[in-house]
Amino acid sequence: MSLKPSMRTPLSRVRGLGSAHAGTDHFWVQRLTALSNAPLIVIFVGVVIATAGQDFATARAIVSHPAIAICLLLLIVSVCVHMRLGLQIVIEDYVHGQAAKFAATIANLFFVFAVGAALGFAVLKISFGA
Amino acid sequence: MADVKVPAQRPAFDRPLSPHLQIYRWSWTMAMSIFHRVTGVALYLGTALVVWWLVALATGPGAYETVRWAMGTLLGKLVLFGYSWALFHHMLGGLRHFVWDFGMAFERGPRMALAQGTLAGSLVLTLITWAIAYAVR
Repeated sequence: MSLKPSMRTPLSRVRGLGSAHAGTDHFWVQRLTALSNAPLIVIFVGVVIATAGQDFATARAIVSHPAIAICLLLLIVSVCVHMRLGLQIVIEDYVHGQAAKFAATIANLFFVFAVGAALGFAVLKISFGA
Repeated sequence: MADVKVPAQRPAFDRPLSPHLQIYRWSWTMAMSIFHRVTGVALYLGTALVVWWLVALATGPGAYETVRWAMGTLLGKLVLFGYSWALFHHMLGGLRHFVWDFGMAFERGPRMALAQGTLAGSLVLTLITWAIAYAVR
């Protein structure tokens, strides 16, 4: 580490956020959820293959197995965080009007929460058998 | 207030634009970068299909039967095939980014191998997945 004179406080250097006070968390969480997505998606593909063409009761029995339901819940959280961050980058790259960008960013958030809530509720309802 | 005239429509010729996609010769890394973004957006929108499937399974036999019928049609299978390919392509693209994040494989040889491997690997994984899906039925 260099000991060049700097106007930044030691705490500021440790946090490493730079002048925008944000941003590295976006990059870091995107990579973190990419890592957690990979094994969970492999399990998800396995669940889809196992349930493909099966009748209602069989498919429900597969999805409601605790190990599978827990993996699906983890996948839902991981994927929702990952896809919110990903689409935010796409919006920032292509939507330039202030109003349109604002609307698209909010729509992204609402879509992700709706998908997450629907999937999470569905898995829980199937698991608890109501 | 100063009397400032703001043109209603900016003339099309007033500023030079930076070169965009159509200017460049297509390269493997560029194509795979675009594929990564396109598959990402497709997977994002495709979560609606996953919602349809799981909410139907939570709702009851009637709703589930509708989804099962729809996914069993030729169009349904094509959509699922495309979705599974997008999934594997985006996953391998993400792993490629991990390699780059560690500061490796920026040279021409490894860079090209990773880009071509992403496409080839995603197709192989998709075909293996569908072969397993048909084998276990």
